Amino acid sequence: MGGEVMDDKNEILKEKERWENSTVKKSLEKFPERKREFETFSKIKIKRLYTPADVNYSYLKDLGFPGEYPFTRGVQPTMYRGRLWTMRQYAGFGTAEDTNKRYHYLLRAGQTGLSVAFDLPTQIGYDSDHPMAEGEVGKCGVAIDTLRDMEILFDGIPLDKVTTSMTINSTCAIILAMYIAVAEKQGVPTKELKGTVQNDILKEYIARGTHIFPPEPSMRLVRDVILYCKDNLPQWNSISISGYHIREAGATAIQEVAFTLANGITYVQKIIEAGVDVDEFAGRLSFFFNSHNNFFEEIAKFRAARRLWAKIMKERFNAKKPSSMMLRFHTQTAGCTLTAQQPDNNIVRVTLQALAAVLGGTQSLHTNSRDEALALPTEESAEIALRTQQIIGYESGVADFIDPMAGSYVVESLTNEIEKGAMEYIKKIEEMGGVMKAIELGYIQKEIADSAYAYQKAIENKEYIVVGVNEFVKPEEPPKKILKVDMEKELYQKEKLRKVKESRDNSKVKEKLKILKEVAKTDQNIMPAIIDAVKALATLGEISDTLREVFGEYKEM
Amino acid sequence: MKKVRILIAKPGLDGHDRGAKVVARALRDAGFEVIYTGIRQTPEQIVNTAIQEDVDFIGLSCLSGAHNTLFPKVVELLKEKGADDIIVFGGGVIPAEDVEFLKSKGIKAIFGPGTTTEETIKFIKENIKGE
Repeated sequence: MGGEVMDDKNEILKEKERWENSTVKKSLEKFPERKREFETFSKIKIKRLYTPADVNYSYLKDLGFPGEYPFTRGVQPTMYRGRLWTMRQYAGFGTAEDTNKRYHYLLRAGQTGLSVAFDLPTQIGYDSDHPMAEGEVGKCGVAIDTLRDMEILFDGIPLDKVTTSMTINSTCAIILAMYIAVAEKQGVPTKELKGTVQNDILKEYIARGTHIFPPEPSMRLVRDVILYCKDNLPQWNSISISGYHIREAGATAIQEVAFTLANGITYVQKIIEAGVDVDEFAGRLSFFFNSHNNFFEEIAKFRAARRLWAKIMKERFNAKKPSSMMLRFHTQTAGCTLTAQQPDNNIVRVTLQALAAVLGGTQSLHTNSRDEALALPTEESAEIALRTQQIIGYESGVADFIDPMAGSYVVESLTNEIEKGAMEYIKKIEEMGGVMKAIELGYIQKEIADSAYAYQKAIENKEYIVVGVNEFVKPEEPPKKILKVDMEKELYQKEKLRKVKESRDNSKVKEKLKILKEVAKTDQNIMPAIIDAVKALATLGEISDTLREVFGEYKEM
Repeated sequence: MKKVRILIAKPGLDGHDRGAKVVARALRDAGFEVIYTGIRQTPEQIVNTAIQEDVDFIGLSCLSGAHNTLFPKVVELLKEKGADDIIVFGGGVIPAEDVEFLKSKGIKAIFGPGTTTEETIKFIKENIKGE
């Protein structure tokens, strides 16, 4: 090898043109390409070939070094050479008793963190005995009505040893209050608690749909949780700004990055408006992304999101601490890509998506189970999903390398394109008056719905092939073993709730709810009043109703 | 001839409306008049809207697992109100054994994951009542 390894870009372009006009041209006459034009899900045009002349970046400025600004190559200096990502499977169904059993099983199987799925009534502030909860209790998560349920959920699980992520938004303050109360009972100081609450209300209006209150009071609750955690749970991630559901609703990779970071900007502004210095809280903001099918585009997406967020925090919000500029994120493989047909194929889809997340530098990962297009996962399916991560982590060897895709002409080019596309969207949203305004106008929702419709059309005209669905189809029997949550769980849960209501000190509950109502009317931090109420065994529904009386309810347009 | 009217509705609490919106749009593109209720509708609200809007079909979408409770309730309420000429179909994450149960309760068709919008359009066309 010679000493001068850098080729002149113009020379490469000239040679590339020669190659196109001779070698390629000849080949195309005999073997035309599969498509006239190739593009990613985000409609990025894919060139026939990427060379050093097809991508522009400054190594020192745009990539840099892991653990340093702009964090393109990862947030930790040694990435998985130090510690693998946290393997965190989202789980919850039926009663707290059922879910506690599944957690013990997952921890025994080598899972390294918990992730709680709550049922919809819990997420929307209804007790299990509310008419709106009928048929939904324990269905897509665990039912939590009172502190008693939360104690059962974490029975035998030391909260100073595990980290817990909780997918909870509208009722985040209530669930976090219960978690704090359980920790107290276990004798664990709040400053030792590690975990995450989702607490991301904006994407609920955009894509996920578990909002209760109008945007203004909802944003106040988000703020109160972030500020309470800052002072009392310094190791806790007080928000997980989520692109996952935006992507599941149909967004492209570029839209996922754009809308998520635009939401992030909105939260940062909200906290700064409360008079808090950006470096006092930004280090506890975390993110949550989807890992979808277009392998290289997904890897590039994670890298682009990291670089763009770092720039936003530094240049726009004048953050000084590196930790304030770090985009740390959880990833889940794309539920919407799972098929009900030939469900075992989903194991392979999940493997590729999980690999993309790891190559993209995720901090924690949930791998979906093969049967999730049919129902909640069985224990067996959940175990294969976890094993998939362990095989990537311990067998494939990829974890020994830091940001191994860096320098790939393809991945660096896509990273640039995604960053650029996301920046354009963010600018457009700001010109519109910000995220809240864009949601009110229905702009973000419509962009996502358009992408979802285009995706469906592309599958129907076989522009996108889905194995087992629109190609390679075969007749098959539905799988025998799927998880069912029966109606008895609902009855059991209602009975448990009745007993708690009967045995608690009702005058104390009344008093605590009255205080909560008064605090809700002011601009004071609401967390202490909610913690007092849950400790008095006020139910999640009662606390939510108290807040409904003050805040009102959001009506979708 | 009156245009065929279809109500796409989301009973229950889940917010997964991607499928409902895609189906609503595809049916609209196919020339039907489509009304979409938005999320979190009770069976009562759905049936009231269906009657008010004088629809021919109701398409129910549910991905939370509450379909066995909510879908039959819509059919029962239609019967109670003498509007059981409205044809009900559904979609979502619905296991095969529940499909049989739902059909026995009067839901005419269930479209699971992977269904093309063409199949749904075909179903509507085949079930339009003669004038």
